[in-house]
Amino acid sequence: MRKNTEQSMARSSSMTPGSGHLLSELVSHLRENSVMLREEWARRITEAELLMAMSQEEIFAEATSVYDNYVEALETGTLEALQAYARNLSERIIPRGVETHEVVGIVLLLRDVLARSLFAKYQGDFDKLNRILDAYEPAANRIAITVAVGFVEQRERTIREQQEAIRELSTPVLQVRERLLILPIIGLIDPHRARQLTEQLLRGIRTNRAKVVVIDITGVAAMDSHVANHLVLTVEASRLLGATVIVTGLSPEISQTLVNIGVDLSKMNTVGDLQGGIEEAERLLGYRVVSIRDAVAAQPG
Amino acid sequence: MQVPILKQGPYLIASIQSALSDADLMQLRDALVRKVSTFRSRGVIVDVTVLDVMDSFASRTLNDLVHMIRLRGADTVIVGIQPEVAFAMVQLGLTMEGVATALDLEEGLEFLDQKLKHKGTGPRDG
Amino acid sequence: MDETRVPILVDIDIVAARQNGRALAAQLGFSQTDSTLIATAISELARNIILYAKQGEIIMKPLNHSERCGIVVVAHDDGPGILDVARAMQMGYSTSGSLGLGLPGVNRLMDEFAIDSRPGSGTTVTVKKWRR
Repeated sequence: MRKNTEQSMARSSSMTPGSGHLLSELVSHLRENSVMLREEWARRITEAELLMAMSQEEIFAEATSVYDNYVEALETGTLEALQAYARNLSERIIPRGVETHEVVGIVLLLRDVLARSLFAKYQGDFDKLNRILDAYEPAANRIAITVAVGFVEQRERTIREQQEAIRELSTPVLQVRERLLILPIIGLIDPHRARQLTEQLLRGIRTNRAKVVVIDITGVAAMDSHVANHLVLTVEASRLLGATVIVTGLSPEISQTLVNIGVDLSKMNTVGDLQGGIEEAERLLGYRVVSIRDAVAAQPG
Repeated sequence: MQVPILKQGPYLIASIQSALSDADLMQLRDALVRKVSTFRSRGVIVDVTVLDVMDSFASRTLNDLVHMIRLRGADTVIVGIQPEVAFAMVQLGLTMEGVATALDLEEGLEFLDQKLKHKGTGPRDG
Repeated sequence: MDETRVPILVDIDIVAARQNGRALAAQLGFSQTDSTLIATAISELARNIILYAKQGEIIMKPLNHSERCGIVVVAHDDGPGILDVARAMQMGYSTSGSLGLGLPGVNRLMDEFAIDSRPGSGTTVTVKKWRR
């Protein structure tokens, strides 16, 4: 659907008839004076303390590319190339901490620099200046919006990807020994994360051939009834795969929630803390933990 | 679609090969109950690895199967329930309480062996 | 993509309906887990048709909204209808001796659930699931 908005924006950007020759006059003016105007723009970017995360050389290099793309968008009336460039640029500068106001700021600065050069050129012919500005302003505004929207969309995409990555990291399924998985849960659990956690655990049980799982929720301060119910479903689903779940670290508040929603606690295997949970898991798996000295002493001969 | 039932020592193994209609499932249930008597089997494994959906009818039929076989003195273990299928089942409230489950055929056999060993040394609980 | 219609007349049609549903869900980009939830819901809806109305139809199609994509499944029959819809939506209610988990369970599997039923004029259940 993003594609659709891009297409419709690209369509609506074709210039109105009659403004064609004015635009080509405008474009050749911007091309002829490109070196001077680009330098002026870069100077004003620095002056306004924008793009502080980038060096002078980088700013000038990007300014050159943006300028050329900008003039090309004015000339052809299509925004696709500029859009692609804006996306690419955003991808490169977002990791360096460039903010939305900076991107919008530099595009608006370029618009102003170019407008001023038009004032200077046509100051003797007020009527022509007006007509040139009539052709220039809507196109320039559309370009500014395209670049800003492209940046924001890319930023949102980056944030989504990062959230996804953090979620993956925050629900690690750890294999501590053969057939035993530990799932330490820390932080806030919303329904989305709860569901992701369950899916990860169920797949983990299958791929690791786990027989016992310890879910430790010491790091979870509270959960609402929806998430508490989900925890119960997770325990039941794990059992269907053939794995036993031990829940450890239930806070008094969460215990209260579980009791309030009417969970049959006889179905839930709970142990006070993670240490106890692992011991119980080892017992279920048939391991017996003894100190090395005892083990040696117990050996015959 | 008939489900092949294999006799392996004291056990019967039913490996479901494709999606089953209700009639197929009931046929499987009846065939297993019959064969447990014929072969005096001590345990049954139903492998559902290929099932990509277990709805209320399927779980209920398997549940009935387990209980009918228990009345004949044998244990049943359901193996191979897929993670996604298990997730859908519990959302439907189909937790199959009282039915033994295991990860796969190997685990299922081990479960039955344990049960049999237990029964051999202690009193029969069937 | 067009809608898929599966007539539900005999028990084997339940399998056809859910297999069609899973295929459509996968085509629409649903995850394997979500496709399984959708297929299971379709199975339950088709089963209700066989159990209570003898025959009916499952219709499924893609949902394309500006913001999100999804799937809609409609289960329709001209059976006797449901006397007390509110009661049928509670756990454990059934008139056919089954566990009666059908409708509330389907509600939990899907994102949106609507039912239109009157005694004597059939039942239409419409469920939706959105792609995350």
